[in-house]
Amino acid sequence: MKILVPVKQVSVLDEDFELRDDGRDVDPDYLEHELNEWDDYSWEEALRLHEEYGDDVEIIPLTIGPQETEEGIRKCLAKGGERGIRVWDDAMEGSDPMAISRVIARVAEREQVDMVFAGTLASDHGFAQTGVSVASHLGWPQVAVVSKLDCQPGSSSVQVQRELEGGLEEVLTVQCPAVLTIQLGINEPRYASLRGIKQARAKPVEELSHSDLGLSDEDVGEAGSASRVRRMYVPEKGQAELIEGTLAEQGARVAEIIKELQGEA
Amino acid sequence: MTEILVIAEQRRGELVAASLECIAAAVELKESGGQSVAVCIIAQTPESFVTSLSVAGVDEIVTIRSEQAEFQSDVFESTLLALIEQRQPALVLAPHSIDAWSYAPVLANKGGFGYSSDVFGIRYEGDELIATRAAYAEKVHVDVDFPGRDTVLLTVRGNTFKPIEASASPQQSSFEVSSVTPRSSHESYIEPESGGEVDITQAEYMLSIGRGIAEEDNVEQFAELAETMDFTLGCSRPIADNGWLPKFRQVGQSGKTVSSCSVYLALGISGSVQHMAGMKHVPNIIAVNTDPEASIFSIARYGVVADIFDIADELQNHFE
Repeated sequence: MKILVPVKQVSVLDEDFELRDDGRDVDPDYLEHELNEWDDYSWEEALRLHEEYGDDVEIIPLTIGPQETEEGIRKCLAKGGERGIRVWDDAMEGSDPMAISRVIARVAEREQVDMVFAGTLASDHGFAQTGVSVASHLGWPQVAVVSKLDCQPGSSSVQVQRELEGGLEEVLTVQCPAVLTIQLGINEPRYASLRGIKQARAKPVEELSHSDLGLSDEDVGEAGSASRVRRMYVPEKGQAELIEGTLAEQGARVAEIIKELQGEA
Repeated sequence: MTEILVIAEQRRGELVAASLECIAAAVELKESGGQSVAVCIIAQTPESFVTSLSVAGVDEIVTIRSEQAEFQSDVFESTLLALIEQRQPALVLAPHSIDAWSYAPVLANKGGFGYSSDVFGIRYEGDELIATRAAYAEKVHVDVDFPGRDTVLLTVRGNTFKPIEASASPQQSSFEVSSVTPRSSHESYIEPESGGEVDITQAEYMLSIGRGIAEEDNVEQFAELAETMDFTLGCSRPIADNGWLPKFRQVGQSGKTVSSCSVYLALGISGSVQHMAGMKHVPNIIAVNTDPEASIFSIARYGVVADIFDIADELQNHFE
């Protein structure tokens, strides 16, 4: 069984930031990058299967992004897996999740994978679209927000639990191959060892462009997207009344406010 | 006249409340743009939802009878696609629900629709539809448009649009469910773990802890403080995922909504969208966090930028 795990280096805003000149995104100088929290869990789920079944389960991390996003792949490879894939070229700039998912699906076809484990969502834009959308490009079934997974290599179906609103869970069986989007808390992601981090540097990360995957310019970037960013802006936000002073004063004031509020009630 | 189609959802025979919020969003647009509003619902007994969906401003309710009692993505995807292709609405609204996280991306892809998710603002500028969503931990808002798309699908953030209370008598029609072979099957539900005596949805005063507590050993200090203050102890997702507190104490989308709460003391909670979904309605939120940029401060009534352990010590003294 071959499992493809698409991961994302998400953007985190600095405390102070400025928008780009065209007003459609934050100036990249003010963005830090880290591996999406959900992807730690989807990769861990793949790692566990790889450990349990050895060579019967091959796991491949994939990212879509420029050179610097290779860091995310290396972070995964530091925990396990033998090789990664990164896809990017200038035409892919401005891709939304629908365009990104088209690229991921092509990689899944090229690698002839049996399952795709994606993060449920990414913390920077929170679309919750990409993983499921990969399934539709592949014509595969999908389950979103998977909180438990019982997967055996070669099986024609897999039993999963998906997390619904309000703490309710649903147990369902889904046919394979399938795309599962993985929820936080499904496992406890490991930390990479120093040795693992060193070894990861030597592992191959294949670099591909959209045309290597047989996609045209219209399939990616803004042309291949289902929405387009018109404008980004800092909203007028509510701001809490700040309680200042020494710790003792702050504590006293909070206590006073709470007692007043309880008196009102 | 163009149409706005609302996808209403149900689970276990109960209407998903966010369906009514989507209807409210559609009716608001109708008032400014003159479209008609149709609402569809897929269920085993779709007629049973007609009364609750007959909201003022709705022109038509489309009932779709399914053999499947539970949500099944393949059935939703193909049925809704057929319905949209037949009716050609300019806009389709669905709740940003877990079920929609499954069917909406597939629907958008297969239909070639414009698409965005978790939107909380929808407006027309001339003929152009513009949706607003947030990015980068809610620190910025983003206006998106959908050039060249005749139909746009949007999933709508919960607690954004206020349900309309007035009722009406819309037309009724029915639509045939698509005959697809489902590729997944429902086995069972697992009910949320019961908290016995503790029901955070009923609590009036809550003290909730988040990542800021750093270590499991620190839970006890806050549990004691909650007891001293006679507050109910709650938490954000990471605390429950780590097993430091039981799931029934978790506030948020995948936990509970604290519907009876009037004072919510948030300690070391930065305020993810998912957490805020369960508590942002509380009138008196008091947030303590070391990060002055934490999102929670934008919805709190009072904010303290301080170490939660120090503040907890102070509060312990004041309430003892």
